[in-house]
Amino acid sequence: MTFPGRALPLAAALMAAALPAAAQNLRIALSSEPTAVDPHYHVLAPNNALAAHLFDALVDTDDAQRLVPALATAWKNDGANKWTFTLRKGVKFSNGKPFSAEDAIFTFCRVAKNETNIASGNKDLIRSMKSVEAPDPFTLVVTTAEPEPLLPRLLAGIPVLSSSIAAHGKVTFNLDANCGVTGPWPSVSQFNEGAVAIGTGPYKLKSYVRGSAIDLVRHDGYWGEKPHWETVKMVPVTNAGPRLAGLIAGDFDLIENPAARDLQRIREDKRLAFVSTPSSRVIFFQLDVARNPSPFVNDGKGVNPLQDVRVRKAMAMAIDREAIVKRLMDGGAAVANQFLPAGMYGTLPNPPAIRFDPAAAKKLLAEAGYAGGFDLTLTATNDRYINDGQIAQAVAGYLSQVGIRTKVDAMTRAIYFPRRAKKEFSFSMGGWGSAEGSSFLRYWATAPDEKKTRGTSNYGGLADPQLDDLVSKALVTMDDEKRAELLRQSIARLLDLHAFIPLHFENTIWAHKADIAYAGRADQYTLATNAKPAKK
Amino acid sequence: MATYALQRLIQSVFVLLAASIVVFLAVYGIGDPVEILVPPQASAMERAELMRRLGLDLPLWQQYLVFLWNALHGDLGRSFVHGVPAIELILSRLPATFELVLLAMTIAIGVGIPVGLLAGLDTDSRLSRTIMAGTVLGYSIPNFWKGMMLILVFAVLLGWLPTSGRGATVDILGLKTSLLTLDGLKHLILPALNLAIPNMALMVRLVAAGTAEAKAQDYVKYARAKGVRPRRIVGRHILRNILIPVVTVVGIEFGSLIAFSTITETVFAWPGMGKLLIDSIYQLDRPLVVAYIMLATFLFVSVNLVVDLLYAALDPRVRLAGEAA
Repeated sequence: MTFPGRALPLAAALMAAALPAAAQNLRIALSSEPTAVDPHYHVLAPNNALAAHLFDALVDTDDAQRLVPALATAWKNDGANKWTFTLRKGVKFSNGKPFSAEDAIFTFCRVAKNETNIASGNKDLIRSMKSVEAPDPFTLVVTTAEPEPLLPRLLAGIPVLSSSIAAHGKVTFNLDANCGVTGPWPSVSQFNEGAVAIGTGPYKLKSYVRGSAIDLVRHDGYWGEKPHWETVKMVPVTNAGPRLAGLIAGDFDLIENPAARDLQRIREDKRLAFVSTPSSRVIFFQLDVARNPSPFVNDGKGVNPLQDVRVRKAMAMAIDREAIVKRLMDGGAAVANQFLPAGMYGTLPNPPAIRFDPAAAKKLLAEAGYAGGFDLTLTATNDRYINDGQIAQAVAGYLSQVGIRTKVDAMTRAIYFPRRAKKEFSFSMGGWGSAEGSSFLRYWATAPDEKKTRGTSNYGGLADPQLDDLVSKALVTMDDEKRAELLRQSIARLLDLHAFIPLHFENTIWAHKADIAYAGRADQYTLATNAKPAKK
Repeated sequence: MATYALQRLIQSVFVLLAASIVVFLAVYGIGDPVEILVPPQASAMERAELMRRLGLDLPLWQQYLVFLWNALHGDLGRSFVHGVPAIELILSRLPATFELVLLAMTIAIGVGIPVGLLAGLDTDSRLSRTIMAGTVLGYSIPNFWKGMMLILVFAVLLGWLPTSGRGATVDILGLKTSLLTLDGLKHLILPALNLAIPNMALMVRLVAAGTAEAKAQDYVKYARAKGVRPRRIVGRHILRNILIPVVTVVGIEFGSLIAFSTITETVFAWPGMGKLLIDSIYQLDRPLVVAYIMLATFLFVSVNLVVDLLYAALDPRVRLAGEAA
């Protein structure tokens, strides 16, 4: 093939000029689909990620889950129950209406009055507010009934709606008077149809066809950094094989969660790349420390050996977590020595490493009177966490090597979670992702207390007064430094109790075309705004 | 004829009732959906509120009666997971599945019957033996693997067709169909082929076996002796006589593909009903699963009715039960 000397660079220049226009569209294959467009419907990662495109909250979280300003530019607390938020000026909703404190109050009311959502705890949060007032259109004063140091963090989970989507008079935070809203509250269907899906976010909803595709277009009046992609198409492809095939064939630009076994394939393909980002989701085992006997432990004497802290410690030491991370997870995880990665708020900077030492584990077991071991059944999901079934098998193998004869009972999540909630298990796998140090302690490790919503997932029956006391104090301490110290003490205490065996923090993986760079997020959300053309 | 149809209708009401009880109990037996839906952050109060709204606070028999009462008024309940009426969700997915199955069955019949005739007319030829060997392959390869291979060859390697999803649609009488757009057809071909292949194989075997048997029958020999043209013998005498089992199979397969083409829909990310069912089972979305099975049962009952009526049309000797009296 010969070309006249100058035509080639010209053609190349033309193509280069044509490319950016064609590349303004981002096509994403999702591994699980949002269940609704309504941002208050169900607090689930796919729903929250979609909402983050369309809506903003008062406070946002960055890629590492630190709080950053969004619709509120600043917030301060008076040392007790009063919070003052300074709101951003000049923000417009996608329907052109300006944002003000009225929209924030309207949003709080909608959360409290929502009749179609799935319980999430946000209703409790709003109901625990004694008053919400707007002395001027860009100042919001929230007074809570109890001290709530996490208020900005919790408000980051409540996307702000436009008050124009329901007929109303003067909007005030008076739940008994329906907050001054006269028309019907918008329903989940209205959000899905797009009529009321009006937010201040970087994108607008063009269409939402369940099971098929979600189409977004850029919101040109967005207050923040202008997103690169003019249009975004999200397609749910739940199966990992076809998802990757779609990327290779060029149907998608970015895909969620490629299978670990396919990473080698992606590495070898020059047109593709992937990013593996540590997440805050910890995979752990929960031990039944309370019941005697416990249904799935048998030592032949009718006693529950898991009540003995030496046995629990021995179990933690018997598991080679480095090997699981390296071999089973193919490096796509980080060994966990506490319940949230070090560096996040309220964690230990240097948690004591749980070392792999089967000899010491055997010695501990003998000391506790279990030189001959005992029978144990490990229950786990096989379709919820990355490689969960295989992890369970590996752990059972390690425990068997120190004499704890372990069987694995792995089941689908639809059966597992309801059974675990009925406390049917003795030694079960769990996963928990959070943004700060208190939530694992509050929901998993403290003694159950319905009124205070504590210990709601404490299926192992752990009840340690010292730990409960530390956590209770931390939950109402407003001073960030003091609270962090209390949380660190709580975690240290919990680790001493060995009622949980932390395994690892899962990585989240995104695969994409080589000409795109994706910044992975610790909260596992897939955001079009985190994808940019790769720098050459 | 009318009596017969009426009898069948009454029967089907009982079938539906039985199906609803079984599915209701089965999904209830798997576990409590609230444990899957509600995170630990929700207070006992918020949780109780949700349970009351979903009707899960009532004893099981009362839940069932409430469901039955509402069903009689045309309301099959709201999806726990999506918060919208279950039937609306299912019906919004129906056109996608329907067009997929329609195309798949058209391919299966359009190819299966002529090829089957060809194979059956001369069972000893090499062509016939090749075809029969091919059919074994056709329905013994797992659906899932075959789908992946189709994607790999036609989408990834050759790049002719898209890997997954549904293409552009147009509105016909308020229903969205992708059968009438080029982009839509491109998206349809692979999943339809994946569904069609095992059915095509089944059709070929059925027709071939029937043809081989029929061509040795006296009426065929007589027709040949009478000097009827071979084309007419095959088309008029053989084909018509072997169509009854074919119609039965087409009927059953049509129903089961509509209701349960789950694997193909999952592999090709086709926004049809099968995928909805699987997702709903995983999430213990009882209203959706129950409504789905009721609809599927209804579909099977109607398809069977149509098949029975077709029998009578095809074979004058078949008397419908109601007419005999």
